[in-house]
Amino acid sequence: MWHYEKRLQFPVNIANPDAKMAQLIISQFGGPDGELGASMRYLSQRYSMSNKNVIGVLTDIGTEELAHMEMVCAIVYQLTRNLSMDEIEKSGFAPYYIDHTTGLYPVAASGVPYSVMTFQSKGDPITDMHEDMAAEQKARTTYDNLLRVIKDPDVCAPIKFLRAREVTHYQRFGESLRMLQDDLNKKNFYAFNPSFDK
Amino acid sequence: MSIRNQQSELLDLISSINFALFDTVLFLDTHPTDQNALAFYNQYLKLSKQAVNEYVRYFGPLTSDDVQESNEWTWVNSPWPWEMED
Repeated sequence: MWHYEKRLQFPVNIANPDAKMAQLIISQFGGPDGELGASMRYLSQRYSMSNKNVIGVLTDIGTEELAHMEMVCAIVYQLTRNLSMDEIEKSGFAPYYIDHTTGLYPVAASGVPYSVMTFQSKGDPITDMHEDMAAEQKARTTYDNLLRVIKDPDVCAPIKFLRAREVTHYQRFGESLRMLQDDLNKKNFYAFNPSFDK
Repeated sequence: MSIRNQQSELLDLISSINFALFDTVLFLDTHPTDQNALAFYNQYLKLSKQAVNEYVRYFGPLTSDDVQESNEWTWVNSPWPWEMED
């Protein structure tokens, strides 16, 4: 069961709209390494996870990813306020505008709509935890790529916060992987699937 | 009554109260000045807080904010809601 809190995890206050930046940053909403996919990945994997501490990590990080999705959406929303038709056409935002006006729709920077094909829930704890660690690094790389492009400090601040959270999550998932391995046959971690072979 | 039965009975009570509360939240979102709904909401919010406090005291946390001060983090100790007793 979930509850909503009417606040962002980290403040987003962007003075100057920039549709070009919005189109790039929206990838962390609906792109291949975005926050929507991250949350769905972890919250889906919980049920077949074999260690109660790791279920806690997946629950709590999966929940935090929803708050990150909200931050990314807040950034995109503020970057697309009060745009003139001239700005929409010149910034390259026009194709998105035609389909979604300035509504929030989960797409990648390339314009490809969000796909669940970008994540896996394999039902094998070791497999899933490797996927999760890779996912955090992929998201961290995306934020690094964004930070090379973004000049506005109002936009950089929340993006830097989100990048730092990827690093923290990677650390927690690394510890989770070690907890899972501690539950297994030390001579062969892959001898069986602890969630399926009882 | 066994401890386990008391626990599941109290959890069922919390689920019933909180469902009534949540359904009232949806109603109030579209009827923000309905006095009957406001009174109902406040009455059930009190009941919910009482029931949750009692549950947390005897059976463990429902949210991570409920974890009691001690020398161990007990958030993950109780079963997850989809787990069945074997």
